[in-house]
Amino acid sequence: MKYLTEFRNGEVAQRMAREIHQVATRPWKIMEICGGQTHSIIRNGIDQMLPAGIEMIHGPGCPVCVTPLALIDKALAIAAQPGVIFCSFGDMLRVPGTDADLFQIKGRGGDVRVVYSPLDAVELAVKNPEKQVVFFGVGFETTAPANAMSVHLAKRRGLKNFSLLVSHVLVPPAIEAIMSSPENKVQAFLAAGHVCSVMGYWEYPSLAAEFEIPIVVTGFEPLDLLDGIRRAVIQLEKGEHRVENAYERIVTYAGNLEAQRLLGEVFEGTDRAWRGIGVIPRSGWRLNHNYRDFDAEERFQLSGIHTEESPLCKAGDVLRGAIKPAECPAFGKECTPRHPLGATMVSSEGACAAYFNYGRFLSAEELASAGAVNA
Amino acid sequence: MPDHGAPDFSMWSCPLQLADYPTIVMGHGGGGKLGNELVEHLFLPAFRNPALENLGDAAILELGSGRLAMSTDSFVVQPLFFPGGSIGALAVNGTVNDLAVSGAEPKYLSASFILEEGFPLAQLAAIVSAMADAAAEAGVRIVTGDTKVVERGHGDGCYINTAGVGVLRQGINVGPNRAQVGDAVLVSGTIGDHGMAIMSVREGLEFESQIRSDCAALNGMIANVLEAVGPAVHTMRDPTRGGLASTLNEIATAATVGIDIDEAKVPVRSEVQSACELLGLDPVYVANEGKAVFFVAPDSSDRALEVLRASSLGRDAARIGVVTAQHPRMLVARTAMGANRVIATEIGEQLPRIC
Amino acid sequence: MCLAIPGKVEQITTDGDVRIGRVNFGGVVKNVCLDYVPEVAVGDYTIVHVGFALSKIDEQSALETLDLFRKMGALDEELASEEEAFARAAIAPQSACPDGSCELTGKNLRDISKGGSAE
Repeated sequence: MKYLTEFRNGEVAQRMAREIHQVATRPWKIMEICGGQTHSIIRNGIDQMLPAGIEMIHGPGCPVCVTPLALIDKALAIAAQPGVIFCSFGDMLRVPGTDADLFQIKGRGGDVRVVYSPLDAVELAVKNPEKQVVFFGVGFETTAPANAMSVHLAKRRGLKNFSLLVSHVLVPPAIEAIMSSPENKVQAFLAAGHVCSVMGYWEYPSLAAEFEIPIVVTGFEPLDLLDGIRRAVIQLEKGEHRVENAYERIVTYAGNLEAQRLLGEVFEGTDRAWRGIGVIPRSGWRLNHNYRDFDAEERFQLSGIHTEESPLCKAGDVLRGAIKPAECPAFGKECTPRHPLGATMVSSEGACAAYFNYGRFLSAEELASAGAVNA
Repeated sequence: MPDHGAPDFSMWSCPLQLADYPTIVMGHGGGGKLGNELVEHLFLPAFRNPALENLGDAAILELGSGRLAMSTDSFVVQPLFFPGGSIGALAVNGTVNDLAVSGAEPKYLSASFILEEGFPLAQLAAIVSAMADAAAEAGVRIVTGDTKVVERGHGDGCYINTAGVGVLRQGINVGPNRAQVGDAVLVSGTIGDHGMAIMSVREGLEFESQIRSDCAALNGMIANVLEAVGPAVHTMRDPTRGGLASTLNEIATAATVGIDIDEAKVPVRSEVQSACELLGLDPVYVANEGKAVFFVAPDSSDRALEVLRASSLGRDAARIGVVTAQHPRMLVARTAMGANRVIATEIGEQLPRIC
Repeated sequence: MCLAIPGKVEQITTDGDVRIGRVNFGGVVKNVCLDYVPEVAVGDYTIVHVGFALSKIDEQSALETLDLFRKMGALDEELASEEEAFARAAIAPQSACPDGSCELTGKNLRDISKGGSAE
């Protein structure tokens, strides 16, 4: 695929990794914010290519992982109701609530459907006027424009049977919360490239200045990630703390103004609870008064939902970068992708799932010495 | 989509009755006149063979001496018709392939239908026709069957179960636990075609493409390989649900060996790759219905590959890896970056993701 | 988050009030909402997330970035010619601005490389 495959060239990647080896003289800890970046790093073994001293700390950039348990339980309650078509992205289907997940609700007779786009949910509402169609709008700023447009279209078309269950979370407050934490070890950030395609990167210079950290807007393909890491390391070595754009083919300083305009029309800022981290002030978006009618939490007055986190689950520590998945006592034992205790093990973006699936419980030596393929 | 026009009712003894019922009714499963009509005028003409035409409660078959292999599978795919195939073709080829990868020559199949009240006869005719074509292509006969009808709302239109028997070839002893350290791992062609063909017509996820299911009977190709290198083949499997990854993991576990593969060598059609990118899926977990993996002793692997590539269904065959004593029960892939990643068995159905 | 992939716009139509593009992702075609990228025209590449185009791909920038990447890390390769080494040194950030006082964005690097030695 054009503008994708070229950024996966293994030979070039290895040379870029060598560059990083050449410029790094000291250990550094860099956090990639976005779950998609975590997935790409682990799946491609980017972290295996880096000098030993450069540690990638996996950030809470997995909106599936950080959606509060209480909201998941609400989603399950709505999906279980007769007369409801509950639409979601595939990622959310196996995230465990207190008692079940959406997949199980589907098994018990709930009409739960995986869709590619929130527009598909709007279509379903048009085609099924006798049902209530609810779309589970989870995501960072990248997905917000899609949800905004969908609810905007639903309003324009006068749809009475479409609503949105919203859990949008924002990157800059997350960076602030992480950097303000006393346990913080992160020294530089790779900002999420697609979030920035929407929002631009005008929000970052003040963060870079306040916390004196380099922030590099980075893409998702191996070459993009290596470039982002390289630039962060160079800044760290020089004691700089600037904002750089390493994803110029997609991201501009101002971002997508059309999208930002509609976001302002549909959403407003709110405090949000991040699962495993706690409440981060002004870190989320919810439907504003113009669109409150389309808020599923308002439309479905739910009560008596019992919410309880697993006491063994350390997803919060993983999300903050305080521990690596393999350091969690439950990792691979009570908690596996088959029986996940928390969202980080279920979501393919979650660090725990990535570690488990890509074999990070093999020792580094075992993994490195494998694959002497005589093919 | 195949053109499933109305069946030719002129042959039916009670054309009035059935022409008035272009859909399946409860009576078709009752074993009475309506059921017999279906057999006489739909199944028999399609599957025409002496064993079936006896219409006894059991088919009487000649199988010679030697050991038999038997396999069964049920088919519940939605949608029933998809680019490159149908539930009918799958029902025949799926069981034929299970027998073939066990080292047997597939001979006879049974076909049982569970139909939903209201299911269009025209669609049933198209499915049956597809089964007849697939059986002819594979050189097997459908010799016995059954039809049941369930009430409207209690089935997905049409479910099919097929069971098959085949004769094990002399001197061939294959099984998942027979894979040995040093064996070459071969795959007969591109992976992910079937699963993505289904995705392309799945509501909520559909997209336009030229991707077609690879649904096909592999017994001919497998016979060629066994004739050429025989006992050097230790294991064969067709990677259906769960894809290549699940199959290789199963074999690694059964034989208590490790498997190393080179990702760059696994053949994937560029369109299938694109569709996987779009939906956030990994081709190694996507279902196939016309591919086989072979674990072959190293000295014979070149020859096996040659024979595969000479077969019409094996033109894109490739050597993708090797069996190792390291990391037993694990499948490890070398990525394009030169790093290694473990490919675990997928848990349940792979779901499209947006993250 | 964010599985967004690049595709080429083959056709643009209007569905009621919404601007829809037929976008080709390496042979797979899907209809995509183009309301957020009014500047995107037929023939352009755009990045698409859950059915919405979010940004036009700056193809020139993409090609220059790739070019830059391809030139990296080869300093220790035996086959590197002197010319190549000079060109690389000219665009390598640390040598271009040793005291770190200049803003080294990709744009600046491109300017430097244009003024650098022949390639």
